[in-house]
Amino acid sequence: MNKPRISVGLGSCGMAAGANAVYRRLETILMEGKAEFELKRTSCLGMCYNEPLVAVLDERGEFLYGKIHEESAGKLIEEHILKGNTLKGHLVSGKDVFFGSQVKIALRNCGVIDPESIDEYIDTGGYEATRRIIREKISGAELTGIITRSGLRGRGGGGFSTGKKWEFARNINSDEKYLICNADEGDPGAFMDRSLLEGDPHAVIEGIIIAGLAIGANKGYVYVRAEYPLAVRRLKKAIKQAEEKGFLGKGVFQSRKDFKVEVFLGAGAFVCGEETALIHSIEGARGMPRHRPPFPAQSGLWGRPTVVNNVETLANVAWIIRNGADKYAAYGTENSKGTKVFALAGKVRRGGLVEVPMGVTINEIVFGIGGGIPEGREFKAVQLGGPSGGCLPASLAGTPIDFDSLRKTGAIMGSGGMIVMDETSCMVNIAKYFLEFTREESCGACTPCRLGTKHMLDILEDITEGRARKEDLDTLTDLAEGIKRTSLCGLGQTAPNPVITTLEYFRREYWEHISEKKCRAKQCRKLISYFIDPDKCAGCRVCYKKCPENAISGDKDKVHVISQDDCTRCGICIRACPRKYSAINCLPGQA
Amino acid sequence: MSMPVNSEIKERLNGIFNAFAGKGNELIPVLQSIQEEFGYLPGEAMKHAARFLKIPESTVFGVASFYSQFRFSPAGKHIIKVCHGTACHVANAGEITEKLETRLKIKDGETSDDGLFTLESVACVGCCSLAPLIMVDDEVYGKLDPVKAARIVSRLSRTHGEKQEQ
Repeated sequence: MNKPRISVGLGSCGMAAGANAVYRRLETILMEGKAEFELKRTSCLGMCYNEPLVAVLDERGEFLYGKIHEESAGKLIEEHILKGNTLKGHLVSGKDVFFGSQVKIALRNCGVIDPESIDEYIDTGGYEATRRIIREKISGAELTGIITRSGLRGRGGGGFSTGKKWEFARNINSDEKYLICNADEGDPGAFMDRSLLEGDPHAVIEGIIIAGLAIGANKGYVYVRAEYPLAVRRLKKAIKQAEEKGFLGKGVFQSRKDFKVEVFLGAGAFVCGEETALIHSIEGARGMPRHRPPFPAQSGLWGRPTVVNNVETLANVAWIIRNGADKYAAYGTENSKGTKVFALAGKVRRGGLVEVPMGVTINEIVFGIGGGIPEGREFKAVQLGGPSGGCLPASLAGTPIDFDSLRKTGAIMGSGGMIVMDETSCMVNIAKYFLEFTREESCGACTPCRLGTKHMLDILEDITEGRARKEDLDTLTDLAEGIKRTSLCGLGQTAPNPVITTLEYFRREYWEHISEKKCRAKQCRKLISYFIDPDKCAGCRVCYKKCPENAISGDKDKVHVISQDDCTRCGICIRACPRKYSAINCLPGQA
Repeated sequence: MSMPVNSEIKERLNGIFNAFAGKGNELIPVLQSIQEEFGYLPGEAMKHAARFLKIPESTVFGVASFYSQFRFSPAGKHIIKVCHGTACHVANAGEITEKLETRLKIKDGETSDDGLFTLESVACVGCCSLAPLIMVDDEVYGKLDPVKAARIVSRLSRTHGEKQEQ
C-alpha cells in the first residue's frame, strides 16, 4: 500500500461545522513536509452529528474520525500518521450503529468519492450503464420496462411510478421532448437533494441521460434552488466534465443521439416544486401551477412532452440499469420498492442523512440509527414530509415506512424530512408553524389555498394565544377537509395535513390550549407564566436588571416578584437567574 | 448605500444584456444577473429589462415580485439569514430572530440604519444538525442561542467600527 489517504468531508454541513479550515490545515502540514499522505476531498457521509468528518485509509484499515477541528487536525496527523496510534476521543465508534441498517443506493458514492472528479465516478462503475445502453442499442421501451419492473416510485413526494411516467412521454410523438430534474428542494428540514448534488452530481447526471434516452428527449434541465451555491457549482462542473468526455452534447457516447443538460436556477418559490409551476418558471413566468390534464408528459415545457423527476429518483436510475430491476426490487415492501433517503433531525442524538430499505419502521430509524432522544427526554412525535406531511405520535412509530402504510396514518412519505420531537415540542405550535409556511408560499392561484390557509392560520393563532372557542376545532376540521379536496395543486391539497394529523393524534393538546388555556410544552407564550420561587430567590437583582419590561420588582436581598400583567413571557429572566439559585419557574397555563 | 443614477444603470445593464438573446423566457436569469450586479433590482433596471426582452413592464414586475430571491431596495452590507426550518423551529429559532430584532433595532426583513445589516428569515438552510443556526453572508454559525447570535452581530459591527476609525 502507498501513502495513507486522508479524505475530508466537504459538504455544506461539514463546511458549516468548519471542514474547510481542517482541509487547509492538512494542506499546510502536507506542504511543510511534516508528514506524507494523500489528501482528498469528499462530500457528506450523512453523519451530520459528527461533522467535520475525516477518514483515514492506510494499511491498518479505514478509520473514521468525527468532530475534527483545526487544532485536532494537527493532532490527528501526529497520532495516527506519525506515531501509528489512533486519535482517542474522535474515533467514530458508532459507525456500525449509524450505518448498520442502512442500504446505500442513491447515496452510494456520497462521502466516498471526490464529487468534483468524473474519473472517480467512472472508477466506481459510473457511466457504464449509459455506455452499455448505447453500445447494445437498448431501446427506450426496454429502459422504461426495466424501471417499471424495479418498482421505482417518485422520491419527491408524489410516489408515482417512474417507469409509467416515462412510458407516457415515450409514447407521444414529438420532435422535441424534455427531461427536467427537479432539485427545487423547498421543504424545511429536507436536504437529501442538496447532499446528492454536492456529493455525487454525476450519478444524477447519468440518471438524467438515461431518462432522456428512455423517453427520447434531446434536452434536459436541472431546476435547482439558487440557495444551494455549492450544489450548483459542483453540478455545473460535472456537466462540463461530462461534455468534455463526450457523454453529453452532440453525439453522446459516439452515437447519433444528441443530449444537452442545462442548469436553471430557481428564484425561491416553494410552489415551484409542483411540476406545472416549475415548468412555468423555466418558461420565464410566475411559478403558478395549472390544471392537469394535460399532464406534462403530454404537454409540458413549451407545450412538448416533458418528464419531471426528482433528484433522488434519478440518482437511483443508473444503479438499477447496472444491477438489474430485480436486485432493486429485492429491497422494500410489496408496493414500495428500493430504498429511501431521510434527513433525520430535531430532537435526536445522531442526526444526519440516512438511506434505508422501504419497510423499516420509524422506531428503527429514530432509535436504531438515530440513537434515540437526547437528555433523557421522552419521544413524543415524528414529523414526516414537511409542510405537506403530518405528525405521527410515538405510539405509531412502529409503522413501516412505505408509501401506503404512511398514507393510511394521514402522514405522507414526502421528500424525506424526518423531524423528531420530544415533550418540549407543542403540537399545536408545530401545526401553526407549517400553516405559516404554506400560507406564505401559497401562490394565490386558487381560492381554497389562498384564503383557506390564511383562515386556518388565524384559528391556530387564536388557539395558541388563548382566544379560541371550542367550536373553532370544528371549523378547523371543515376547512382542512375542504382545502384538501378543492385546491388546484399539491401544495394546497396537502397543506392541511399537519393540522389534520395533529388534531387526530394530539387532540387533547388542542383542547388544553382552548379550555384550560395551557400549553404543556411551554412553547405558546400566551399560555405559560413565570414565577419566582420565594424560597429560592436570593434577591440578587440579576433578573430585575435584565427584564426588558420592568416587570420584576423587589429590593436587594429581598424576594423578587414578577408582575403577571407586565410580563411578556420572553424568558429572559429564567436564563438570567444564576444557576446556583435557579429560582424562576416556567409553568404551563395562564397565571 | 447610494442608489446608482440612471445613466450608470444603463451602462452596467448593457454588459449584462450582452450575455442574453433578448427573448421573454430569459426573464428570470436576466433578473438574477441584474440582482447579482446591483445587489437588488433597481426600478429603472426592470424597465430596461422589459424593453430588452420585449415584454410588458408589468410582467417583469409581476415575475420579480413573485419570487422571494428578488429584492427591490439595497440590502445591508451583511445579510443575516436566520434559519426557520423545522429543526431550527423546534430548537427555538424564533427567539433568535427576536433577539436580533432588538439588538439591531429593526424588524425581520429590514435593514439597519447604518446600512450594515439586513435581517431575514429563511425557510431552511439544510444544516439541520447544527440547529438553531444563522447564516451571515456565506458563513454558517450553528448551535446558537439568542445571546451567542447577538454576540456574532456585535463582533461584526465592531470590526466595521474599527475600520471607520482608522
